[in-house]
Amino acid sequence: MNRIWFYMMIASLCVLLVKNPSSVVSEMISASSKSLTLCIELCGIYAIWMGFLELIDKSGLGEKLAKLLRPIIRKLFKTKDPEVEKLITLNISSNMLGLGNAATPSAIKAINKMDDGTGYATAGIIMLLVINASSLQLLPSTLISLRSSAGSTSAADIILPTLIASFITTALAIILTLICNKIREAKKK
Amino acid sequence: MSVFILPILFIFVFAYSYRKKVNTYQTFISGAKGAIPLAIDIFPYIATIMIAVSLLQLSGVTAFISNLLSPVFVMLGIPKELCEFIILRPFTGSGSLAIIKDIISTYGADSYITRSACCVMGCSETIFYVATVYTSQTKIKKLLYAIPIALFVSLVGAIVSCLLCKIM
Repeated sequence: MNRIWFYMMIASLCVLLVKNPSSVVSEMISASSKSLTLCIELCGIYAIWMGFLELIDKSGLGEKLAKLLRPIIRKLFKTKDPEVEKLITLNISSNMLGLGNAATPSAIKAINKMDDGTGYATAGIIMLLVINASSLQLLPSTLISLRSSAGSTSAADIILPTLIASFITTALAIILTLICNKIREAKKK
Repeated sequence: MSVFILPILFIFVFAYSYRKKVNTYQTFISGAKGAIPLAIDIFPYIATIMIAVSLLQLSGVTAFISNLLSPVFVMLGIPKELCEFIILRPFTGSGSLAIIKDIISTYGADSYITRSACCVMGCSETIFYVATVYTSQTKIKKLLYAIPIALFVSLVGAIVSCLLCKIM
């Protein structure tokens, strides 16, 4: 991430130095204040979902859901901590509902718990990141409404191709991560 | 259909909590309490990445890179109109949604380009955003193969999407 960000900044700053030096600072300020607005918005969204997460947790619903998915989660994430299992279950189910923002708090909590403090991401963390970075969404509702408001006659016809493509990407992501985790383990020994 | 899912879910959770004799009011508050510290913690990460992305777009570097890469993409079956969109997609969710709106108004809501773009959007995620924000509260410096795998998979997703939209 460090290197990627560095190259992004250097490349664009060098070009702008020649092309349009006066716009640099104002663009940075506008981007940074836009992200502040986004954070405030997110804060409101998080308050709702974290409140619900707490309810799901305290009422024992999370426990039940986690029990259902436990065999799969144990295999994929190599975790035995029931708390982590529950958080991952919540993360994956909110992703499936298309609630990316609701998925964030539970993923952050799960990753904090899985972190071993060595500075390297553990196998479970990588799996959670990769799964979250490949979409699990079952219904692309925002895109459908965007298209229908633009006058599409069959706005929902993207559902099936999107579903198939998401299924392929998620399956591929899991398989590749499992392979890499295995290789990494083998190297350690 | 989908509009009913969330309200029903909320009602179910409330009813279930009530039956389990959970104090819904207090519990909701104690959960929501975490929202402000979380938002404060992730703000620098979001700001940093958004600054870089907006400078990239303003400077035209993304347009340049997508021009450079478009022959490769075309070879893989991705139309060149989608190159910039696919390159920006891993960095910014709101940014790529804005590009989709552009694509819809330029090429029409039912065109092949639009359908492919929506499909690509639906089967991918903002990889760099997820990676930075999710690990923001840990000391993790090395994500190892997480990002390469995610990028490769979303490229495959883009290829598959364009193919599926052509035949379906």
